[in-house]
Amino acid sequence: MNLIELDIGEEAVVKKLTASSDLKRRLISFGVMKGAHVKVLAVAPAKSTIEIEAGKMKLALRKEEAKTVEVERV
Amino acid sequence: MNTPKACPVTAKHITVALVGQPNVGKSMLINSISNAHLHVGNFSGVTVEKTEVLFDYEDYHFTVVDLPGTYAFTDYTIEERVTHDFLCNQEYDVIINVVDSTNLEKNFQLTSELLTMGKKVVIALNMSDEAKKEGIEIDAKYMSELLGVPCIKTSAATKEGIETLLKTVIQTYDQERKEPKLVFSEAVEEEIENILKFLKNHHCELEYSKRDLAINLLKGNETVYNMIRKKPIWIELQPVVLEAKRHIELHHDTDDIKEAFAEEYASFIRGILAETVKINAPKREKTLTEKIDDILIHPVFGIPIFLFFMWALFQLTFTLGAVPMDYIDSFFGWMGDVVGNTIQNDDIRSLVVDGLIGGVGAVVLFTPNIIILFIGITLLETTGYMSRVAFLLDGIFHKFGLHGQSFIPLVTGFGCSIPAYMSARILKNDRDRLLTLFIIGFMSCGARLPVYVLFAGAFFPEEMSGTVLFIIYISGALLGLLAAKVLKLTAFKGIDEPFVMEMPKYRLPSFKLVWHNVYTQTWMYLKKAGTFIAGATVLIWFLSNYPHDSKIEEFYNAKIEQASTQEAKHKLQNELGEALLADSYLGRVGKFTEPLVEPLGLDWKMNVALQAGLAAKEVVVSTLGVLYSLGDEVDEATSSLKDRIKEQIPLPSAIAFIVVIMIYLPCLAASVVFTKEAGHIKYFFYLLVFTSVAAYVMAFMAYRVSLVVLGG
Ligand SMILES: Nc1nc2c(ncn2[C@@H]2O[C@H](COP(=O)(O)OP(=O)(O)OP(=O)(O)O)[C@@H](O)[C@H]2O)c(=O)[nH]1
Ligand SMILES: [Mg+2]
Repeated sequence: MNLIELDIGEEAVVKKLTASSDLKRRLISFGVMKGAHVKVLAVAPAKSTIEIEAGKMKLALRKEEAKTVEVERV
Repeated sequence: MNTPKACPVTAKHITVALVGQPNVGKSMLINSISNAHLHVGNFSGVTVEKTEVLFDYEDYHFTVVDLPGTYAFTDYTIEERVTHDFLCNQEYDVIINVVDSTNLEKNFQLTSELLTMGKKVVIALNMSDEAKKEGIEIDAKYMSELLGVPCIKTSAATKEGIETLLKTVIQTYDQERKEPKLVFSEAVEEEIENILKFLKNHHCELEYSKRDLAINLLKGNETVYNMIRKKPIWIELQPVVLEAKRHIELHHDTDDIKEAFAEEYASFIRGILAETVKINAPKREKTLTEKIDDILIHPVFGIPIFLFFMWALFQLTFTLGAVPMDYIDSFFGWMGDVVGNTIQNDDIRSLVVDGLIGGVGAVVLFTPNIIILFIGITLLETTGYMSRVAFLLDGIFHKFGLHGQSFIPLVTGFGCSIPAYMSARILKNDRDRLLTLFIIGFMSCGARLPVYVLFAGAFFPEEMSGTVLFIIYISGALLGLLAAKVLKLTAFKGIDEPFVMEMPKYRLPSFKLVWHNVYTQTWMYLKKAGTFIAGATVLIWFLSNYPHDSKIEEFYNAKIEQASTQEAKHKLQNELGEALLADSYLGRVGKFTEPLVEPLGLDWKMNVALQAGLAAKEVVVSTLGVLYSLGDEVDEATSSLKDRIKEQIPLPSAIAFIVVIMIYLPCLAASVVFTKEAGHIKYFFYLLVFTSVAAYVMAFMAYRVSLVVLGG
């Protein structure tokens, strides 16, 4: 499953990043990397954009980007 | 330590590069060290250009270079490229790596990369005041030992640790560089060891230490590659490096060496932090930021709340701004009278009173409105709400082909287009950036506010004016969205770029910070009024007073002599003024191009004001001030510009006028910056054509519709 499938408040562990290398590096520098804990904090109308927490960092990403983060619920 | 001085050659000179992730307080740190006023805001990407600040401390001359924040050592966006270029190609002595003490795990990723650059590094553990509040305890001394790099706790907000930081920089500068202690997993260390052995055997000497060299080769650092590729040793070294890389990738189960290194860094950082950081936070509750966010970025109420804030801001701009305006107005009126009485010559008196004092006064009059608007924008920037709104609007923006982060330059555009054009650099993709550049002009800048306030006040009752202002701004923004969609479908076709953005925590800005931001911008407005606008106004005055055809004057004067009633005299006098004005250079230009604007319902005076507005939007008001006071010489003291506009301009024409102001080219200075940021002069011509056509079409429609609706 990927990030966008999580609901508000759900937590997960990142399994794999399938984004292109530019975006992947950016996500990694935000702390979204293999093994990282993430939690969905908020969603914008129509779930077009979501806010997640990775470590201590809060991060907004769009649906398309969230789909490139494969996760597993914990 | 406070006065920036020019640096004599004899003294010791330290150049410091300030490097760190975005929004960690780099700019604020410089402000608290020196008395610089760098722009500070609570979102990523405030600083988009390098800025040098000079000051003296002890016997040293410091040049501190504030760089745009960068998440990692990549060229993701233009501003990050600025930082990267500076670090790789410029001369500097020490890097101060500023980190956010409350989120070291993320910040140290960049730090790890900086440590292998072969430079002297000092780490500033900034925001230590916040860390303390959050119960984060850092053993800076032990951390320095483990990293092999001095770590100093600082707070740009409370100025704690600033002196120690400077002293440490001096110490580090005076000493030889010490190798930082960056330790990798056994697998990677083994590969590094292999390469080291190879380098030793082949006596390869480069300006990097051998270990840094080995690490950078493995990471695929371009600068290092470019350096070593030209050496003969490369032929033998290459297979060794390739083999090592393969092993590391295998070990990390990835095909991206950067990802492998990111994981290496992460585990190294975890190790360091486990030993040096203690968190005494109470069991996890919702933080304040999360509680506020529950309301402000609520999926249903979020956007209405934002719109309400905007509306409230314009309401305040109008009502609160109106209070001191009366005083300012009567002050300039009084000054005009006093100064006018001392001048004998009619022409000079008119130049000073109508031209200079009237024109500049008309612009200065709106300072209170401008201040309130700037306070609003500053609060948006410094509290952290900005990123929330970008988050809320991304969905809508996306539909119109814009990037959510475009919101940041667009909001900046409500203040002034120039910094807005520059802050578009935070957009990674050139197409997104250009698109944003093109529609920034649709966000009415502060200089246009006076025109709106003037017209809203002239045509609407006071309690509605704030709402009218709000509607003007919102419709400008909506037109901008529409324009974006048109451009996206035609000129800037292409794939959508990723949207990933850090959400900063909410911070209550200090009074000083808000004051600094507002003061700097207001002062700029006033300075412009006193210089550029004053000059332009005098020019407008000349163009509207000469040539002074005495025949017209004689003709009317004769008629006035003959007039029987006072009223008729009065009327003739006004006619004389009008006739002279229409015959002036400006009048001729205005009349000549009048057919062009006639379909929009504009008379030649408004036409001229619009043309003058191409230089700067403040000139629109001052030109109207000059033109409408000249034509109405007689009861000058009794009526304000507002009343005169109400008398002489029909509402549909006023609406068309406002629509043109909303859409057409911002100003000369902004056009220059636009061209620079867009990268080619051709974009300026596109912008010119695009905005002119859009302004004309929209104004025409607005005029016709309001004619029908208002039954004019
Ligand atoms: N409490 C606290 N807040 C700080 C401190 N330093 C900076 N801030 C706040 O952090 C935010 C970011 O500060 P800036 O100086 O703009 O950050 P920057 O690193 O220059 O950011 P970019 O230019 O975007 O890279 C602002 O809201 C500051 O008020 C600090 O030491 N303590
Ligand atoms: Mg900055």
